[in-house]
Amino acid sequence: MKNVKWLPTYDYNLILSDFRCQHYERFGSRKAGVTNSSSRHCPLAQYIVTNYNHKPMKQSFIVFLSFVFFLSGCGAPARSSEPSASIETIENKGSDTIVNLALAWAERYQELHPEVRISVTGGGSGTGIAALINNTVDIANASRQIKPEEIESAKANGSDPVEFVIARDAIAIIVNLENPVDELTLQQISDIYCGKINNWRDIGGEDRPIVRLSRETNSGTHVYFLEEVLRLGEKENKTLFSTDTLLLPSSEGISAEIRQNPNAIGYDGLGYVTEDMKVIAVARDASSPFILPSAESVNSGAYPIARDLYMYTNGEPLGTIAAYLEWILSPDAQQIVAELGFVPVTP
Amino acid sequence: MKNSLHWREYLITRLFRISGYSAIVFVGMIFFFLLREGLPALGKVEFVSLFSARWYPIEEYFGILPLIGGSLIVTIGATLIAVPFGVGAAIYISEIAPRWMREILKPLVEVLGGLPSVVLGFLGILILSPYLRILLNLPTGLTALAGSLLLGGIAIPTVVSVSEDALDAVPKSYRDAALALGATEWQTIWRVTLPAARSGVLTAVMLGVGRAIGETMAVMMVTGNAAVLPKGLGALFAPARTMTATIAAEMGEVANGSVHYHVLFFIGIILFLISLVVNVTASTVVFRQRKRQERILS
Repeated sequence: MKNVKWLPTYDYNLILSDFRCQHYERFGSRKAGVTNSSSRHCPLAQYIVTNYNHKPMKQSFIVFLSFVFFLSGCGAPARSSEPSASIETIENKGSDTIVNLALAWAERYQELHPEVRISVTGGGSGTGIAALINNTVDIANASRQIKPEEIESAKANGSDPVEFVIARDAIAIIVNLENPVDELTLQQISDIYCGKINNWRDIGGEDRPIVRLSRETNSGTHVYFLEEVLRLGEKENKTLFSTDTLLLPSSEGISAEIRQNPNAIGYDGLGYVTEDMKVIAVARDASSPFILPSAESVNSGAYPIARDLYMYTNGEPLGTIAAYLEWILSPDAQQIVAELGFVPVTP
Repeated sequence: MKNSLHWREYLITRLFRISGYSAIVFVGMIFFFLLREGLPALGKVEFVSLFSARWYPIEEYFGILPLIGGSLIVTIGATLIAVPFGVGAAIYISEIAPRWMREILKPLVEVLGGLPSVVLGFLGILILSPYLRILLNLPTGLTALAGSLLLGGIAIPTVVSVSEDALDAVPKSYRDAALALGATEWQTIWRVTLPAARSGVLTAVMLGVGRAIGETMAVMMVTGNAAVLPKGLGALFAPARTMTATIAAEMGEVANGSVHYHVLFFIGIILFLISLVVNVTASTVVFRQRKRQERILS
């Protein structure tokens, strides 16, 4: 799925069933392309990829989706043999950081339990939690903890978010392979991003200008980086990103620039780091050791820029949802976490 | 028979009238909606801080000047590229190219016009921006210039096909007269045909500018989206953040009714006003010219 992460706020909607694979790109409901597949017996992923999950347009989006399903229902050959009543659906929505993981889980789980359908949508942590508050999803994914004001508005709306830590994620600081710099302290990274350090020469590199890359402000990763790195976790610290920080709309945008530009520094989830970029070892402060992000260093708490990833349900989960969440914490599902570059919560 | 014809006539006239009026109604409704959602921004954010130089909405910094500046610099750059190339191509297609060449070029230009801007954005991010960085020795290739080049490319087909139509509409007798008076081919084009087609060419330019300022996707992918207030021409070689990219990137996550939401709509109002000003200027110029022409011809 990583190759379709080009556009901002992609929004994946996956429904596993045995019919047709559809791919829609929605920006004013423009249809990008439809491919059909009709292997009846093996479960096949059905992706509806849309970009721009605009909250104000949610109603129309749902109408659009139901219209799509209506159409696909008409076009499909007779499927009356399928007992549709016994199928249970889980709506899962939220963080773009988690979307690939949630998709992989959903696919695997539906192979094991064909009677369950899980629809996974991205859009951002805020979008997922908002949907949970409005009671339109069963599980919200978030790469940050729910805020007190969100809990309040959830309570006001009659829902009661329950938290599950489902994986851990580390933010890797990445540079171009040609860059000779190997290690930085949190303070140095903060100084780079707020504009105090403007040349690689000042931190042991070549005489090159520093090009700062960041995710857009609506990304959970951006907010996390601002609070934990730029402001070093200090509540009253009001440091801001330097105005010339490039805000790129996708992880892939950051990777593309890092790969070809030796001036660039960027950050992204450990899951998005590939072989063709260099990961910087980070130290909490000048006297601490420099540590590369890895499953061990994250779980032991040694790597300083790591966070928990969450799923929220509306009240204590019951039935299918409870079974799904239980499975997510099983070794089988946590194996998938490791495969996608995140860090499992249970070994 | 006569009666049914009368009725049909009546119905068709009405239908066309409705579709004509609907354009006005829709524009009016859109503008009303923009005003309703955007104007509260003026009440919620102080005027001074709304027109300050820092845009960082998650910390309540709503300075929209860098965004306006970014849009302007990218659009001006795009216009500087699209107008000479577009009008030049139109002159070539309509005045100079042999017939078979014209038959190939015209449809090709139209195909270029139908290219989705996302595709151009891909090309921009993978090929154009790395190349720009190395060629011009810039810190990064994701700059306003890359956006301008792409937008220029997007606007060129519009400029070409509209101004080509305008040039084509110039009566052949004008050219014949000029050539008969001993003018060279270039003099005929520059002094006679082009001025005669001026209003159409101007419309083409304005449509191109409109296309450029409203474009979102390609710009968001290549300009780097850093909200820096442009100071002088050097800003063309630095990252910029346009109004359209800001709306597109941030509208998805904004809470309905929040200050940020209203400010984004306020940016929409400004975009609307800018394209309104561009269009009104264009039509006034065209109108004035037509009057003068009529005077001369009479």
